[in-house]
Amino acid sequence: MMPALSLRNIVVALLLLMLLLVPVYALVVGNNFVLSLFTRIVILAIAATSLNLIMGYGGMVSFGHAAYLGIGGYMVGILAYEGILSGFVQWPLALLVSALIAFVIGLLSLRTRGVYFIMITLAFGQMIYYVGVSLNRYGADDGLTIYRRSNFAGLLNLSNKTVFYYFCLLLLLATIYLTWRLVNSRFGMAIRGARSNDRRMHAIGFPTFRYRLTCFVIAGTICGLAGVLLANHTDFISPAVMHWTRSGDLIVMVVLGGMGSLFGPLIGTVAFLALEEVLSGITEYWQIIFGPMLLAIVLFARGGIDGLLAGIRRG
Amino acid sequence: MADALLRVAELTKRFGGVIASEGVALDVADGELHAIIGPNGAGKTTLIGQLTGEIAPDSGRIYFAGQDITALPTHQRSAIGMARSFQITSLFLDMTVLDNVALAVQAHAGHSFRFWTPARSERALRAPAQAALARVGAADRGNVVVADLSHGEHRQIEIAMALATRPRLLLLDEPMAGMGPEESARLVNLLRELKKEYTILLIEHDMEAVFALADRISVLVYGRVIATGTPAAIRVNPEVIQAYLGEQQAVTGHG
Repeated sequence: MMPALSLRNIVVALLLLMLLLVPVYALVVGNNFVLSLFTRIVILAIAATSLNLIMGYGGMVSFGHAAYLGIGGYMVGILAYEGILSGFVQWPLALLVSALIAFVIGLLSLRTRGVYFIMITLAFGQMIYYVGVSLNRYGADDGLTIYRRSNFAGLLNLSNKTVFYYFCLLLLLATIYLTWRLVNSRFGMAIRGARSNDRRMHAIGFPTFRYRLTCFVIAGTICGLAGVLLANHTDFISPAVMHWTRSGDLIVMVVLGGMGSLFGPLIGTVAFLALEEVLSGITEYWQIIFGPMLLAIVLFARGGIDGLLAGIRRG
Repeated sequence: MADALLRVAELTKRFGGVIASEGVALDVADGELHAIIGPNGAGKTTLIGQLTGEIAPDSGRIYFAGQDITALPTHQRSAIGMARSFQITSLFLDMTVLDNVALAVQAHAGHSFRFWTPARSERALRAPAQAALARVGAADRGNVVVADLSHGEHRQIEIAMALATRPRLLLLDEPMAGMGPEESARLVNLLRELKKEYTILLIEHDMEAVFALADRISVLVYGRVIATGTPAAIRVNPEVIQAYLGEQQAVTGHG
């Protein structure tokens, strides 16, 4: 398949090129802040991409997706606090716990639809947030400082900021590639069908629940990975990353970039954090400017920024 | 009847005080085209909902090929060979025609926990879907997004999707709803062809079509089957004529 030389593909290509060159720029200018900002962007783009899998392709608008950022992060933080620093233990455990919690939340919430699904995922998200607040041994609502990053026995030095950035970027690209394979597979077609018309799916013989639940678990696990990365990036984890407003931010990133588009969440995350950075430099009340911009995107560009770039296109 | 493919016994469903089905008894013999007619509000939609498993009956039983399916969920009824088309078009509007029909094929081609191979390049899904499209005369519409099709074409795709599940029984819920005379005539011809291969339960308002196609007709009034018989017998049945007083002309005038 030859990718067409459309405006949208050019923008995506330039964006990827820019992401590749960020550490070079940081080195040349001697500006570590840019590298740190973009590491954050790349990590949150992984989270947004995972949310897009359930929300954009599966029609499951989860308002508790940030919970997995916290779960992944806390697994790293707690294990480090207890003296287990090996990434080979921390990371698989973090992903496993994320998957298990996603399984339980999905099992209970996927029986509902629409607003009820949004509310129940919000409730679960807040529940997990308060679990974080109540972890007195691990800093409660003050959070937990992580003194040592995950240790990969010399294979990978996460304390090197450039190495860490490229590693995150690699995982982001892997996530996008995985999403691409998933949504075009039989599994993906079943998920999309369930979003489009679940009643018809049952009528033609699909037990859709099991596919939607699986999709929900995959998304939760990937977001848990983003949480693992985020905790390693900030050397800190606190319940704040799981607050419902963080889940809202993830939704905004996906909608802003383009729901049900492969690179939409990445575009949305870059736009969101870049705007936050620029606008908050202008005024403390940056949301006053950001809000209307978001409104305009939602009202006039149904497919988000990606939809704007691609022109009128069909899902 | 021993060789009934579908048998409905004493099916009753109430919604509050409204009785939508009252002791409905019905059998559809293997190979026949059995039509259900009835005035608006007769309980046709509720009946098909119970046959497909979307509505649970209060009492009574449904048998398919000898198996009691009263408690079987919708997707499993599809798996054992019951396919339906919807009265109000119910397609995947944001997908192409071929994607729609290929999904129906996929539903019957094993589980869908296949995460890697692109489904759109699987011949095992695309070829049968294309064949089903050809069957309803829409072979050249495969790449059109469903939302861009006309109403009449939607009705065709409805049937193509039902066929793609390789059913033993077709439940067609008012397939001619909203069609012009030309489109209706084309669909009647299609049903006449399909009838040679499939057992069909046809729920339809279009009396002309029903009397032209049906081997037997059951008349549903206020949730009860008041008569079952050949078109000729139904046409002269006094109870039916009375129930259809306002539409008497339609019953007797055509065919």
